[in-house]
Amino acid sequence: MSTVNGPTLQPDPQAEQDELGREAKGRGVANSGAISRWNSLSRPAQWGVLLPIVILAYAAPALNLPIISTETAGGGGTNWDINLFQMSYYALIAIGLNVVVGYAGLLDLGYVAFFAVGSYVAAMFTSPDSPFFKIPFLWTLPLAMAVTMFFGVLLGVPTLRLRGDYLAIVTLGFGEIIRLLATIIPAVRGQVGFQNVGRPPGTITGSNGLQQPLFSASNGAPWYWLTITIIIVVLLLVGNMERSRVGRAWVAIREDEDAAEIMGVPVFKFKVWAFAIGAAVGGLTGALAGGQVGFVNNQSFTVQQSILFLAAVVLGGAGNKVGAIIGGALVAYIPNRFIAIAEFKYLIFGAALVVLMIFRSGGILAARQKLLAYSRRAYAFLREPAGSASDRQRSGARR
Amino acid sequence: MIQKRVIATLSVVAAAGLLLAGCANPSGGGGTSGGGGSDKVDIPTIDSVDVPKDAVLPAGDGKAECASSLTIGYVGAETGANAALGINIYNGVQLAIDQHNKANPKCQVQFQKYDTEGDPAKATGPTTQAASNKAIVGVIGLPFSGESKATGQIFEDQGLVHITPSATNPTLTQNGWKTFFRALGNDSIQGPAAADFITTKLKAKKVFLVQDDSDYGVGLANATKPKLGSSLAGSDKVTTGQKDFSATVSKVINSKADAVYYAGYYAEGAPFDQQLVQKGFKGTFVGPDGVKDDQFIKQAGSASKNAYFTCPCIPGELIPDFEKAYNTAFNAEPGTYSIEGYDSATILLAGIDKGNTDRAKLLDWVKNYDADGLSKHYKWDSTGELQAPAVYGYKVADGKIEPIGTIGK
Amino acid sequence: MLDLVLQAVPMDDSWINFDVQSFIQGFWSNTFGGLTYGAVYGLIALGYTLVYGVLNLINFAHSEVFISGVYAVVFTLTGLGFNGDTPNLPLPALIGDLLLALLAGMAASAIVAFIVERAAYRTLRKRNPPRLVYLITAIGVSFTIQGLFFLWRGAQPEPSVILIPTVQVFDVFGGIVYNYEIVILVAAIVTMVVVDQFIRRSRIGRGIRAVAQDPDTATLMGVNRERIIVITFIIGGLVAGVGAIFWIMLVPQGAQYNGGFVLGVKAFAAAVLGGIGNVRGALLGGLLIGLIGNYGQTLLGAAEWSDVVAFVVLVVVLVVRPTGLLGQSMGRSRA
Repeated sequence: MSTVNGPTLQPDPQAEQDELGREAKGRGVANSGAISRWNSLSRPAQWGVLLPIVILAYAAPALNLPIISTETAGGGGTNWDINLFQMSYYALIAIGLNVVVGYAGLLDLGYVAFFAVGSYVAAMFTSPDSPFFKIPFLWTLPLAMAVTMFFGVLLGVPTLRLRGDYLAIVTLGFGEIIRLLATIIPAVRGQVGFQNVGRPPGTITGSNGLQQPLFSASNGAPWYWLTITIIIVVLLLVGNMERSRVGRAWVAIREDEDAAEIMGVPVFKFKVWAFAIGAAVGGLTGALAGGQVGFVNNQSFTVQQSILFLAAVVLGGAGNKVGAIIGGALVAYIPNRFIAIAEFKYLIFGAALVVLMIFRSGGILAARQKLLAYSRRAYAFLREPAGSASDRQRSGARR
Repeated sequence: MIQKRVIATLSVVAAAGLLLAGCANPSGGGGTSGGGGSDKVDIPTIDSVDVPKDAVLPAGDGKAECASSLTIGYVGAETGANAALGINIYNGVQLAIDQHNKANPKCQVQFQKYDTEGDPAKATGPTTQAASNKAIVGVIGLPFSGESKATGQIFEDQGLVHITPSATNPTLTQNGWKTFFRALGNDSIQGPAAADFITTKLKAKKVFLVQDDSDYGVGLANATKPKLGSSLAGSDKVTTGQKDFSATVSKVINSKADAVYYAGYYAEGAPFDQQLVQKGFKGTFVGPDGVKDDQFIKQAGSASKNAYFTCPCIPGELIPDFEKAYNTAFNAEPGTYSIEGYDSATILLAGIDKGNTDRAKLLDWVKNYDADGLSKHYKWDSTGELQAPAVYGYKVADGKIEPIGTIGK
Repeated sequence: MLDLVLQAVPMDDSWINFDVQSFIQGFWSNTFGGLTYGAVYGLIALGYTLVYGVLNLINFAHSEVFISGVYAVVFTLTGLGFNGDTPNLPLPALIGDLLLALLAGMAASAIVAFIVERAAYRTLRKRNPPRLVYLITAIGVSFTIQGLFFLWRGAQPEPSVILIPTVQVFDVFGGIVYNYEIVILVAAIVTMVVVDQFIRRSRIGRGIRAVAQDPDTATLMGVNRERIIVITFIIGGLVAGVGAIFWIMLVPQGAQYNGGFVLGVKAFAAAVLGGIGNVRGALLGGLLIGLIGNYGQTLLGAAEWSDVVAFVVLVVVLVVRPTGLLGQSMGRSRA
């Protein structure tokens, strides 16, 4: 599979060593201290540290502070709560895409298609504009996941046998096909779209004294809380998967597909799994986003959107789920906060991709693989005698 | 070796040149294809329209007093691919507010813009922000139908009046929203008027209908089709961003149509018209308000000579005062929907001047409004639809869009 | 799922209509139109094929290399006084102006290709990263250049420039052939032949084939790999510049910041269809994609089908016959 340009076939060992050494050193300056301290903590202690962060995340709607706020002086800008919801759903979609791109190393340039399918499932089963039977909105979330998973497999089975770069172009094509079909199939209503997409139950007394739905288009906070709750659940699931046999298989496939195949990893099967899981998370996010906006049409499902999602994953650090969350949140936040540059977001994130790839291909939070089930103990053991960062890195990689 | 290649290349280039020469030699080419168009009518342009004599102007009587915090909002595209239309609109609004503030030193109304990029998914954030900003008493927007559908309920919940200067989808007024008003006729008014114009005034016997995939184009085509009846020679669908129209062009030419009605925007309409003419289409090209823009002429070039437009809008450029003021302020000609933005803002400002300085009162003001604006008479029915707006015809003459008078009600 | 959809919806507006009548009626004009657009796809596809041949990289930025040439052509012609009216010049002057624009387009595209190679890919190659990194960089470069054009020229396309007077030359069963169609088709074939011969016969071409076949051995045999890669990018750029002037001939308002992207994907589909890495395949693939798009659109009744059909063809070819129709890679072609 890796019939890349010549030298990569037989990587120069010296170069590889330099590379690893440089990366390890580079990271050492930035965050190896924090990371090693983090890794030396026990699980409960880690939870202890995480808990305040989670509480902080839930309290974010109250933290509408002057400098970070997306609401400008004089009441302009974007509503803070809705901005938070947008950040959270970008984070969720980045987690999903990270499974595909970061873990399994499959470049999906049409990820927005799954987002679109999820949105349409939510719309078609809840909107009065749709002739279907209706179900409560919350039921559309699992349904959206199931349907997009099906689409993921449908796309994956014929195409995942292709080489990595062909896959990129085929997924790009798939993303466009979904958008174009959404335009030409009358049942999906093209740009006319579906209005009054459903919402979770609950009402609240509005500022005008009337009963309003709790989850309305203008009330971002409940949507935000719902989404970060889902993020936590998805993180637990994905984290477990990452540390399991599946995760190790993905990493093996990403690093060297041929070697993985020879070592007995059912490459194709795990690639399809990665695709299906990524698709399901994308569909879930699409359903959530469709619900909040309350209106779904074909306008937002463009290639550019796919690239923004990809930028989120790469920015945060492909293969690192925390990085993906940060990357996703940033990609949503920056255009909302800095309205003056919002117009050039594609330029900014496009350039960010290039610069990151050239200078720090690991992203903001570079992934470090815990390939072993007992990786933490193994690292602790290795740290004692070895000491030097590059040694540790290499012994880790060899495992 | 290399030299040989160079010579070979040069000779090939020369051969291509000769071919070009052979072809470019105008042998009286064309004329065989492209349908009838023999009895082509020429409708003269008009130099001025009757500006309603007692049209309400933003300046008012100059004696208005109000709190300085009062704000009018614009929610819509400021940036991104859809920005051009948004800029036309909020410049119109800006002009109205500037004129008002200049004439009324004791009532300085603020202007606040919210950017949606014309994208429904993005629109809820800015709209919620506008709706929760208590200083805002009225809003101009949102320009596009999709984003209007996504945000109408937010305005409704907050009781905030908003006048859209350009969203024409007929279903928008069927949501039961009490705060939604439309400052122009919807697609189901323009469509039949356009069909009537093409078949009776332009005397086209065979009309080819082309629609794009936008909400606007689809709605307009559906409204036009029944009225065209037996003169409909064929139809086709194009897509946003398309540049290659060869398949559609050959359909049109094969249908021998003598007029094409293009329901869509100028971004696709201009290359389409240009490719039609390039392939020898001799009939007329008719477009709706989405095509009626100076950009159409720039992009279609000399091919645009065959173009007529229909628009439920008064030619803003024909109202000299407005045209002049707009030009001075923004160093540009008023564009499509500039005058709707201006008139809508004028209605809100007039309400503020009359002391309707909170949302409920201003909503009531707009609901009961019954007066002339620069572009038309404004009086809404209970759903927020304008009563019987006029549809105007335009044509391209001397590289400019010139009005030819009303074409129907 | 789909059955459910189809049952539930009243098919008031059929979305797939096999409009055989229009298909037959417009067959010949669709054929000529499709071949003309296909020729341009083929010229762009050549850049993808060449770079893929030597680097095994989908150069996503090639669509922006192409659009840079388009802008250069439009600016040159506008500077020479061309506009939306049919030019009224004596023939030698017209050909001279067009040649100048052609050279400007070729130069602009080649320079952008060169910069992209130097600034992005070459820096990357030194680090020897996984292929994913190359692909993401390529996508990033494409978006960056697109964004720069947007920053510079805004969202509107440039005003149109008409290159030559249109003349109907002859007709085949009612389908009319126009002079510009002949010019474009002939020029595309000639360009392709020149490039093909260059790659087969010249010293540099041999170098390109050597690197495409086996970079390590080529390096051992004394081929300067870096130089060959740069030259390959430049050739791709030059040919894209040739495509640029013909694109403007077809679509006089075609200079738009994002105008290259979909065109690029179609051209890549063309390269894959013809057999990636195969110079002749690029043209063949381009012509076929042009034809299939036009036929599909007329038969199925909406312009979206043109793109859908092209993408479906791409997927099917990749899955069924990844080597494309002509198959042979550049490296294996015999001189």
